[in-house]
Amino acid sequence: MTVVTEAKPTSAKSASDEIAVEIINMNKWYGTFHVLRDIDLTVRRGERIVIAGPSGSGKSTMIRCINRLEEHQSGKIIVDGTELTSDLKNIDKIRSEVGMCFQHFNLFPHLTILENCTLAPMHVRGIPKKEAEATAMHFLEKVKIPDQALKYPGMLSGGQQQRVAIARSLCMRPRIMLFDEPTSALDPEMIKEVLDTMVELAEEGMTMLCVTHEMGFARQVADRVIFMDQGQIVEQNEPEEFFNNPRSERTKLFLSQILGH
Amino acid sequence: MSNLDAETVQFVRETMIPPSAPPGRETGAVKWMRENLFSSWFNVIMTLLAIWFIWHFFVPMIPWFVNGVWNADSLRECREILDGRTGGCFAVLSERWKQLLFGFYPQTEYWRPILMFIWLAVAAAPIMFDNLPRKLLIATAIYPFAMVWLIWGGSIWGVLSVAAGFGLGYVAFKFADRKLEGLIPLLVGLAVAVVWWLFLRGPVAGGLQSILPFGLPSVGSRELGGFLICLIIGVSGIALSLPIGIILALGRISNLPLVKMICVGFIEFIRGVPLITLLFVASLLLNYFLPPKVTFDLVLRVIVMVTLFSSAYLAEVIRGGLAALPKGQYEAADALGLSYWQAQRLIIMPQALKISIPGIVNSFIGLFMDTSLVMFIGIFDMLGLAKAIRANTAWIGIYWELYIFIGLVFWVCCFGMSQYSQWLERKLRTDHH
Ligand SMILES: Nc1ncnc2c1ncn2[C@@H]1O[C@H](COP(=O)(O)OP(=O)(O)OP(=O)(O)O)[C@@H](O)[C@H]1O
Ligand SMILES: [Mg+2]
Repeated sequence: MTVVTEAKPTSAKSASDEIAVEIINMNKWYGTFHVLRDIDLTVRRGERIVIAGPSGSGKSTMIRCINRLEEHQSGKIIVDGTELTSDLKNIDKIRSEVGMCFQHFNLFPHLTILENCTLAPMHVRGIPKKEAEATAMHFLEKVKIPDQALKYPGMLSGGQQQRVAIARSLCMRPRIMLFDEPTSALDPEMIKEVLDTMVELAEEGMTMLCVTHEMGFARQVADRVIFMDQGQIVEQNEPEEFFNNPRSERTKLFLSQILGH
Repeated sequence: MSNLDAETVQFVRETMIPPSAPPGRETGAVKWMRENLFSSWFNVIMTLLAIWFIWHFFVPMIPWFVNGVWNADSLRECREILDGRTGGCFAVLSERWKQLLFGFYPQTEYWRPILMFIWLAVAAAPIMFDNLPRKLLIATAIYPFAMVWLIWGGSIWGVLSVAAGFGLGYVAFKFADRKLEGLIPLLVGLAVAVVWWLFLRGPVAGGLQSILPFGLPSVGSRELGGFLICLIIGVSGIALSLPIGIILALGRISNLPLVKMICVGFIEFIRGVPLITLLFVASLLLNYFLPPKVTFDLVLRVIVMVTLFSSAYLAEVIRGGLAALPKGQYEAADALGLSYWQAQRLIIMPQALKISIPGIVNSFIGLFMDTSLVMFIGIFDMLGLAKAIRANTAWIGIYWELYIFIGLVFWVCCFGMSQYSQWLERKLRTDHH
């Protein structure tokens, strides 16, 4: 394996030490199945975190707990200074601050690209239509598909759809972005265009938590790589260290499988 | 082989093939027939069978229509005119078509149901076609009150005061919504409206009528009938059962156990009982249960029952649509911070209803046909009238002419609904062009 050293954006290091997400001793069960065990994680504002791990290790479940798509049963999750409890007000507040991109994009197929992007700003934030459309076009330009604004999601390629999904999240001007395997439903050709968008976002200092198997992306932009197995955080480290000197056996095994051939 | 050396594995395209137009299609009647009627032995046999069937069953009907008599006073006179030839006696339709359409509605007041028909078309148009000006929705909003007033007549203050209840309830809701949270504003609005309707509406409407009398001659529910009653019951049932069906479907999949239990219980009860039973309950039993002085118009009772009946079926159809939506749609809506009702209104329902269009229209068509069951509780719909006409000495023995006409009226309405739904489905397709 060749070691590629790439220039990392410097903004993260100089960012303030303000805390974006804090997870303290969090546990979650599905019925009797203990999916997440004693998770402790602190994410500083502007930090880019990549979460890796074998299938079924609880990566998705963990980041979905951060915007309450899944409910945790014990421990604390504090997002942007607000603790997630069953209080619906807090949940709605946190959800509008936290953007999320899914593996299968989950665009709204009955709305045009533009409508997908303006819906939440208009109805959740109460932004007037004109303004919401201007914002939407701004972000669609950013993800390089302004010319598709009036099409429906079903007419776009997978890569384009995922970029629209990113733009849709950005239109809410989130302070934190969650990505759950954003490229794993895509053809290799399209992976790059989505990763490029994510790299650009990272370079602007967005706080990001990405579940991904794209180790190149992790090397290039992550401040920290977290390795999960069986519902636990097994190892976390800076990417160089993580890839070159994995400490735990399970990490070594995982890395050899994913990078090995 | 001499040309072996010409075949090489290596290949590099030097010029790209430019796009060209698709090959033109052969056309013509002969080709169409060969492809569609005589493409295989099986197909040939089916075609011949179909021709034989048409020849034997439909061709003999032609003289019956062509020789039909349109002007006569009785079936006997028809027969004299026909003088032994086959032919229909459509004179019964010429004489009674108004009755079939309007029932026993007073002749001098026919303009009222006619105006109602026209207004209905205007009111339905902006809902059916979203490219029409939104201002037309005002006609839609007024329509329910206008319809009641036009058909049943009476003082205009009666319907206006009922409408005012909705207005007051809405104002109270808006007012409470600024100060209170959750369902409370809704309940406040509802309470204000109910208090108004129960205690204040009557005296206020009476007072206004004595100061500024204005109204139409009253027409009783017993005088309604024919196509008019079908339309009133059918349209009211369709318009009311869709929202109730949506609420029931959402209730059935809700996480709240009590809500879920009530909805499941209601749906399963209604689906387990034939409509005719519910109609008998509406016409006979309800009188025993209600306090002695409370009277409830028969047509209104029928509308309530038909609505409840249809909404239970719609709920199940819509639940199917909801189940067909991928979970990701709910998650995306949640992740964007939309509230439950916003997500339902903007994301979930538009898609679930679109998926359910064929089932919904099926239910609507069923409901419209079922309106003819009111015949059994003493309301003279078209079938009831046909029976009455056939009991008249002048028309005893007439049969096909009336029922073909009635069938045709129902068919036109239901075929229209079906065509509209297919057009809507095509229009709502967004996956490709
Ligand atoms: N709704 C659910 N009910 C019960 N078990 C679940 C549910 N969702 C996930 N699980 C289980 O929880 C575990 C963790 O799932 P999760 O989706 O978080 O894994 P993951 O690390 O994201 O895996 P992948 O890489 O395959 O996406 C798995 O064993 C899965 O079977
Ligand atoms: Mg996952």
